[in-house]
Amino acid sequence: MTSFFQTLGMSYEAAWFTATIAGILLIALPLMLAVALIIYAERKLWAAFALRRGPNVVGPFGVLQSFADGLKVFLQETIIPSASNRGLFLIAPIITFTVALMAWAVIPFADGVVLSNINVGLLYILAISSLGVYGVVIAGWASNSKYPFYSAMRAAAQMISYEVSIGFILICIVLWAGTFNVGGIVEGQRGHIFGFINAYAFNPLLFPIAIMFLISSMAETARAPFDLTEAESELVAGYQTEYSSMAFALFWLGEYANVLLMCALNAILFWGGYLPPVDWAPLYAVPGIIWFFVKILLMFFVFAWVKATVPRYRYDQLMRLGWKIFLPISLFWVFLVSGYLMFTGHFA
Amino acid sequence: MIQLVSFYIFASIVIASAAMVIFARNPVHSVLWLIVAFFNAAGLMILIGAEFIAMLLVIVYVGAVAVLFLFVVMMLDIDFAELRAGFVKNVPLGLLLAVVLAAELVLGIGAYQAGAVTLGTPEAGAATVSAAVPNIEAIGGLLYSKYVFMFETAGLILLVAMVGAIVLTHRKSHGTRGQSISSQVQRRPEDATRNVNQPVGQGIEL
Repeated sequence: MTSFFQTLGMSYEAAWFTATIAGILLIALPLMLAVALIIYAERKLWAAFALRRGPNVVGPFGVLQSFADGLKVFLQETIIPSASNRGLFLIAPIITFTVALMAWAVIPFADGVVLSNINVGLLYILAISSLGVYGVVIAGWASNSKYPFYSAMRAAAQMISYEVSIGFILICIVLWAGTFNVGGIVEGQRGHIFGFINAYAFNPLLFPIAIMFLISSMAETARAPFDLTEAESELVAGYQTEYSSMAFALFWLGEYANVLLMCALNAILFWGGYLPPVDWAPLYAVPGIIWFFVKILLMFFVFAWVKATVPRYRYDQLMRLGWKIFLPISLFWVFLVSGYLMFTGHFA
Repeated sequence: MIQLVSFYIFASIVIASAAMVIFARNPVHSVLWLIVAFFNAAGLMILIGAEFIAMLLVIVYVGAVAVLFLFVVMMLDIDFAELRAGFVKNVPLGLLLAVVLAAELVLGIGAYQAGAVTLGTPEAGAATVSAAVPNIEAIGGLLYSKYVFMFETAGLILLVAMVGAIVLTHRKSHGTRGQSISSQVQRRPEDATRNVNQPVGQGIEL
């Protein structure tokens, strides 16, 4: 895109700057629209799982429900508790929202269509997702209220615990792909199985960690069955309890943008990202971005399915799963995968 | 131009937030300013092209160490009056530290003015790093060839520290009740419930 702006007669730096701003807007604005629609889709899915109708009043089939909700929230009064830490109370939702958008910078939407094609893409995603916890922790502390504080403590412990196993799972993928570049990882899956199927997940050695990554990503985004940070039977609404109006909406948008990001990561790391499912020439006629969106939506369906059907974990079970089961298994898998690659001469 | 502007933005924020770490009254604010400082230091690393170090700085310090800091500091019940009472007592020590640090600074600047320090010559056959190789590969190439023993020693030290921490905190406590997950998983509905088909008008013996 930089070269396009250069043809308009801009200097390289001005063109780069304009292209980057344009790229950010091209990602962020459709993402917000996608979040609004995905919330609608999820509510419809839950309704279907529970044999209800779901939103069906605003617009055709209730499609505009999320926009109506957004408008309602926008018109509400922002209440700031008098005992809260005012500055931090307002910064917390902004952090959550911003961090949720930042990681999309390195996600390739199609071959070469990526805002920032950096060598350390996967590490960048890991770094950004580790920042996500601050929004929750600061919100919980600044609210100066019991339940949000408990929620913040839980969130901090939960996210750190699952980041450890996510880190090891990413190392396995990086070992196999031989690069930290996200686009390179997708390209590494081209014809991975029998030179035909474009996905790491069908590799018998990588399939178990694909499942573990799916579960860890649910825990990392604090989604059901791991939504202990907002367990309504224990903590009212968790860290969001004291929030109202737009501040609440920012948490909400950030949460769903994070869920979409995790779906995208699952699709990229294990299901071939923007590549078609099999390496067959006619399938490449469909643009990569379509394949990518289809994969994201399938992953999102799994997320909604789990949320609609699986009961919530207990907190000690959550910690046990993270530290006593996922950590040893993923550590062992790093061993296994690197040993296998060494043995078969993958690195030679 | 963009690099220069970014450098001055990052650098001034690092210095300002580092100062705020000290000046903030509330310890939680101090930790948050520290996080801002880490984050902008990572920005500076990116500007000199050390993207791997920058990401490590964010992942390790911002993502893990500072979260634990925050975790602990948030749970402290801080009495500001008590904190200030300790100030007078610790002034001599603080002054001493300040003098030592200032002396080191003067010494360092003096040594820098005197000329470059020669730290020995690189050995023949040392790995050369080219700018075209990605950061991670260059660091990996050095760590796993030339410095492999140092690297493994560092790993060993960390392992010993980890084992030590576990040994210190892991002790069987008496009088506390834990969860037995396996017995919970093995529990079936028949163990806890009973299906009775009681005639109408008669009570159930429990």
